[in-house]
Amino acid sequence: MDLIEELCNTYGPAGREHLVRKLIQRELKDHCSEIATDRLGNLIVRFPPTRKSQSTDRIMLCAHMDEIGVIVTYIDKKGFLRFTNVGGVFPELTLNQRVIFENGTVGVIDIEPKKDSSKTAVKPTLQKMYIDIGARDQKNAEKMVQIGDIASFHQQALWLNDKRISAKALDDRIGCYCLIEVAKRLKATKNDVYFVFSVQEEVGLRGARTGAYAIAPKYAIAVDVTDTGDTPEAHRMEVAVGKGVAIKVKDSMFLANPMVKDRLVEYAKNLRVPYQLEILEHGSTDAAVIQLVKEGVMSGVLSVPTRHIHSTNELCDLKDVEGTISLLARVCEKGLS
Amino acid sequence: MLKELCEMQGVSGDEGRVRDYIKKKIKNKVTEIVEDPYGNLIVRKGNPKEPRIMLAAHMDEVGLMITGIQKDGLLRFHAIGIMPHVLLAKRVLIGKDKVCGVIGHKPIHLAKDEEMKKIPDVKGLFIDIGVASKEAASKIVGVGDYATFDTEFREKGDIISGKAFDNRIGCHILLQLIESDLPLYYAFTVQEEVGLRGAGIAAYRIKPDIAFAVDTTSSGEWPEDKDVPQYPVIGKGPTITVADRRVICDRKIVQSIRKTAEAEQIPYQIKKPMVGGTDAGTMHLAREGVRSAVVAVAARYIHSPLAVASKKDISAAIRLIDCSIRKIVRKGKTWI
Repeated sequence: MDLIEELCNTYGPAGREHLVRKLIQRELKDHCSEIATDRLGNLIVRFPPTRKSQSTDRIMLCAHMDEIGVIVTYIDKKGFLRFTNVGGVFPELTLNQRVIFENGTVGVIDIEPKKDSSKTAVKPTLQKMYIDIGARDQKNAEKMVQIGDIASFHQQALWLNDKRISAKALDDRIGCYCLIEVAKRLKATKNDVYFVFSVQEEVGLRGARTGAYAIAPKYAIAVDVTDTGDTPEAHRMEVAVGKGVAIKVKDSMFLANPMVKDRLVEYAKNLRVPYQLEILEHGSTDAAVIQLVKEGVMSGVLSVPTRHIHSTNELCDLKDVEGTISLLARVCEKGLS
Repeated sequence: MLKELCEMQGVSGDEGRVRDYIKKKIKNKVTEIVEDPYGNLIVRKGNPKEPRIMLAAHMDEVGLMITGIQKDGLLRFHAIGIMPHVLLAKRVLIGKDKVCGVIGHKPIHLAKDEEMKKIPDVKGLFIDIGVASKEAASKIVGVGDYATFDTEFREKGDIISGKAFDNRIGCHILLQLIESDLPLYYAFTVQEEVGLRGAGIAAYRIKPDIAFAVDTTSSGEWPEDKDVPQYPVIGKGPTITVADRRVICDRKIVQSIRKTAEAEQIPYQIKKPMVGGTDAGTMHLAREGVRSAVVAVAARYIHSPLAVASKKDISAAIRLIDCSIRKIVRKGKTWI
């Protein structure tokens, strides 16, 4: 299993990122001297400047470790679990999926009522769904799962061909992967570079805010996935899988700092890395809160174009990922000034 | 003391009376009291060492604000955090002088069939203060005046009923804990009901490592035939939050509180996940982040003129918080 697969397969819904954090720590411990976990659970890895310079800037690169999930709200007498969403879960994509709890308990999701399927077909809601963990009754179920336990969706990553992968949680383990690869390759920098693997993005961009507060960077780049407009009858969007890293211009909560955006475009051209400009109408990412921390942070976003976001089978292209890594490596070396 | 706290007027933005009352109660028992520019009361007891722990309870309650006076002397109002269902035919107290008013409604004799079946929109409701003109009304009330429900606090055995349980019960719990020898920061916060506003500022000032929000939570009891959630239940112990709409509580702290409860044989319940929000929602995002937890007392019918709760839950909450903090303090710096 390669690192991308391992990252995606790992359990890590919002607020329960510890296993992902452990995996990243394992990958990076031999490549860095300063690595710490903060109070909310962000993993912060620092690469101090390797040579003296007049213009040492603090630069923060950020990718979130958490994925969407579900949380148990009730265990009924027969041992079925009622649940609600943790982050942006689409009910229609939830039905008949498998979920897995931290302790390895697996369940399948179905919906009531069964007697009249025309009623459920219209618009399924999570309130009507339940998780079946194969329990015999309430007591039996309570031995495996408790109210408040959080599950992630359960799906194994799969390479569809040598470049394209289908997996859960590419949002945003693929961003974590990019940061890990950049950190491993980073040799020298005149800048003070911080890699933040943030928590709780999916429930409201929470970890990135406190992480950025602690670091107080001059510049920040968030690395995340973005939607695409390249599938049958997709909504109109100028981003496609396989056409290069997306440099964000705007999303629903964020306008990229124009200097940062232009510098990213310039680096992409210099490196001959294919790129696309991204305007995302719905959704946002860690950069939206980072830019507003303290006196403000000049922020940009690099996105890996990804199809079927927030489903158990998200899809992206390794070529776009490699472009993202090259661009981030250049940012670390040269800075953004 | 709980009776006095609950019967006081203190809608969001108008917490002054509650603040003054609390100040008076604690001034000889604590090391430092600061009233911050936003209206929070920040209290230090002793010399808290690492980990710095703060407890927060909000002083404000849900209520009404007068938005207009009509020619006929009736008052228009806004309600925050209250459903129109519970407003009809209730007595309210308006402004500093506690002018008495009644939220009017059409009696059964005049109501048309369809009116009897539906609940009117808040915009169509008014407060009647028994005067017949705008001039007469303007002499005793004004636009911007706050109004609260006129509800007496009562107790019978273990059960108490009254208004403003959310969150004078929390204030009461903090006032009890202040009596203990624990060196801690306490924040009596403002404007929780309109968006957890005061607590974030209080946490910014205190710079805690760990924060507890102490609040009330809606009981889940309701007569139902179906096998649906019926928790928390009043009288079965305080609730511990795993996650709500605004915070995912610190996992280790939650585990530690649960273990403490089990070791000390204090009953507790898990709060219904992902509903509601408390001061922890803003405290945990203050500065570099704060490990946060929520301990609450379940009450029936909150955000209405009348709630019902159990005194046992309140004393269990006090004991649970006290024991949990002692355990955290004993472990010391490992929490930072």
